[in-house]
Parts: sequence; structure tokens; C-alpha cells
Amino acid sequence: MSLKRKLEQAREILPPSIYQELVEKLEQARDLKARDKEKVVDIVVRDYIAHMVQPGEPVGTVAAQSIGEPGTQMTLRTFHYAGMMEFDVTLGLPRLIEIVDARREPSTPVMEIPLAEEYKYDKEKAKEIARRIEYTTLEKVITAIDYTLGDNVFIIRLDPEMLEDKGVTIEAVVAVLEKAKLGNVVVSEEDPYTIYLELSEKVLPPEYLFDVKRYNDIVAKLKKLYIKGVKNIKRATVRCSEETGECMIYTDGSKLSEIIKLKGVDYTRVRTNNIHEIAEVLGIEAARNAIIEEILKVLQDSGLDVDVRHVMLVADIMTWTGKVRQIGRLGVVGDKRSVFARAAYEVTTKHIFEAAIKGEVDEMLGVTETIIAGLIPPIGTSTVLVGAPAPSNAGGEK
Amino acid sequence: MPKRPGKVSRKILQHELVPEHRLLSLEEAAEVLRRLGVKPWQLPQISVNDPVARLLKAKPGDIIEIRRRSPTAGEAIFYRIVVPQ
Repeated sequence: MSLKRKLEQAREILPPSIYQELVEKLEQARDLKARDKEKVVDIVVRDYIAHMVQPGEPVGTVAAQSIGEPGTQMTLRTFHYAGMMEFDVTLGLPRLIEIVDARREPSTPVMEIPLAEEYKYDKEKAKEIARRIEYTTLEKVITAIDYTLGDNVFIIRLDPEMLEDKGVTIEAVVAVLEKAKLGNVVVSEEDPYTIYLELSEKVLPPEYLFDVKRYNDIVAKLKKLYIKGVKNIKRATVRCSEETGECMIYTDGSKLSEIIKLKGVDYTRVRTNNIHEIAEVLGIEAARNAIIEEILKVLQDSGLDVDVRHVMLVADIMTWTGKVRQIGRLGVVGDKRSVFARAAYEVTTKHIFEAAIKGEVDEMLGVTETIIAGLIPPIGTSTVLVGAPAPSNAGGEK
Repeated sequence: MPKRPGKVSRKILQHELVPEHRLLSLEEAAEVLRRLGVKPWQLPQISVNDPVARLLKAKPGDIIEIRRRSPTAGEAIFYRIVVPQ
């Protein structure tokens, strides 16, 4: 009975994961007497409390060091390292910097798109979806657009291989051209891969018939005609895992808001490396999880062992205000109240100058500013002040 | 950056990265603040325009309870206060 009560009490204090492990281990230990088990519970609780972070502990500084020191060992030269077969993905230190700087767009945005049950074990079906996702314009499926000055007929030559590869039919191209309302669309009778586009007078008025610039503009416009796909997704390839046989789509470029809506996509597991996009589409808590995941991925890829707690702290601070803030002058550091703390980071004179104009007051309460001024930083035991009441009979008898 | 919202799909709540959010009632919110010994402005924040906050129909001043899956603690409860913009 007492053991049960002890466990009940322990449950209040211990986090669920430790509590669960404790219960499991106690159940396994058959030859342990109930009294000993009680002792075990006591010891676990005591140890847990002893290992909690103490009030006043400079966790931020410790986190900075714990990530910073191994960071110095990361190879700087892994700028673009072909981690995946097809794409260049930024990894290593540059990627780490990118994450904590909270760049609006990663230098190599990529997505990982798992598929719904009925598609994921079939490479062909997966390819089908990948084709639907890939942003395809007319330019991608043609070899050339020819014209003769003075003639209002443009000859569009389709590339059979690319049509096949992108899964675009000739009819689809014709439909796109017709929808663009540039003029009459005629498929050549001898060669189905040649399309004649007879421009209407509205698009190419007779007086412009010899204007090269006008012609080039029209060609450029034709090339940009949208056929299908999701904007920003430059490329989409399918790769199947050899162990599980599950196929996933990997993309170059990222557009979470659109991808998540698509049919056939497992929207519960879609990933992008663009953290701002996650914050916008899935919310700030998801962004926090993504920051942790991305930082850990970088550190693990470089073979560095950093405790998650440090990374969690970084992610918590970055998402504290409900938006993704960078660790730096324009974010976390820039929001500090102390003038000196801000000035100590980057562009010192600017901060001091502006503070002078505004008449800011530095209360010298933080770690950075107290160290600058040679005071004792409010860390650990110096977070509490000891005071003694002034003697009421000061100057009185000895 | 704050784009004026269109509709938010409930789908996002099922995403792996999104932990469970719950809007606290006024009594619960007061209890949380009392238990933690903090003032509302000392809590971490979440924007009213946050997609999940919008699905919960949260208003500025509300407190949202978040059940995070944590690699260290198994599950951790976190609070955020809803702030305008």
C-alpha cells in the first residue's frame, strides 16, 4: 500500500517518461522486497530533484557554449554537400547559422512529401503525384519557338521526351495555349509535335509586325505559360526506401501551404526545411519543433553530440514572442532591455547613440551589462541579496 | 509578413509537428497563473493570427495550454498567452 502511495507522490514530481520507466523497472524487479522498492522510489525522486536546474543557473550561457564549442569543430567547407542524390542541400555550419538567423528562406529549400496509404508502395503512382506537383511551364516541354518577322504565325516545337517525362499531353498544351487567348492554335497535320499559333491582331497589331522586341516579348510570355504544378517546386523526384518499400517525393523548392492541400499527400507528415513557412501554415509550436528537429539533424550529421535540452532552449527563445525571431541583433539580442547588452553584440555605436537620443536607462540587471561594468552578474547565489536592517539606534550608545 | 488570413484547414492539427493545443477557460487560466506565480505578460506568447490559435477561436488575453511531446520528459505542458499581432 505504501509503495503505491509513494509512487503516487512520485508521479506528481517526476516527468511522465521517468515515472513510466521507474514503474516498469520496479515491475521487472521481482526479487526486490516492497520495502526496498520504496527506497528505490525515494532515491529516484531525490536524484531527480537534485539534478533539476537550480534557480539562477545561467542556462542560456551554458546552452550557447554547449552548441558553440562543438560548432567550432564543424567543417566550414560543407557548404554544398550532395547529401541527397539529386539535390544540393546546405548542411553543416552554414545550415546551422541559417536556422538560428531565422532566414526568411533557406538557401536550398527542400521538402519531403510522404504519400497516402494507397500511393506509397507504388512507384508509378508516386511518380504521377510528383508530376502533378512539379511546376511546369511551356518552356520545359518545348525545343524551340520559331517565328519569322512580318508573319504572325509562331511555330512551337514540342519535345516528345520531355512531354513524356513530365506527363503532359499534346492536348493539354493546346488547351493551355487556347486558354491564353493569344490567337488560333493549330496542330500540324504531318507532325503532331509541331503547333502553329496564329496570333490575333490584338496581340500583335499590324504596325508591330517588324518589331523584334515585340516578338521576343511574346516568346518570353509563351515560355512562361503555366501548364501544371505547384509554384516554387522546381523539381520533384520519387525515391523508395529499400527496407520498407515506402515511396516519398523529394522536392527542390518548398510551398507547404499548397502541398498540404493536395490529394494523395500524407499531410500529417509533410516536411519542409523552411521554418517560416511552418510557422505560417502550422503555427508557432510546430515551428519550435521544426527548429529543434533541424538543428539536431545538422549536429547529428556532423557527428556532434549535443544535449537536446540546449537545443530546446534555443527553440523556445526563438519562438517566445509567437513569431520566429533570429538569435541576433534583429531578434533575441535586439529585444533585450539593456542598452549595454545590445551594444555588446553588434554595431555598438549605433545602439549607444540611439539610446542616448531616446534617453534610455540601463538598469544593469542582466548578465552582459553587469559584466561590462565590472559588477557581479545576477547568476546563481548572487540572484539573492542579503540585507540587514539598519540599526535603529545608529549613532547611539555603543 | 502577417497576411490577412484565409480559412485554416483543420488538417493541420493532425500534423506530426503540431502538439495538442487547448484553450483554457477563465477560471483555469487564473488557476494556472496563480500556480505558476506569474503575471500574464510574463508568459510566452502566441499570435492571434497563429493558425492553431485561429482554429481555437482564441482572443487576445486568452491562455492556451500546449501538451508537448518532449524527448526528455515524455510529455510537457506549456502555456502561451494570445497576443494581438
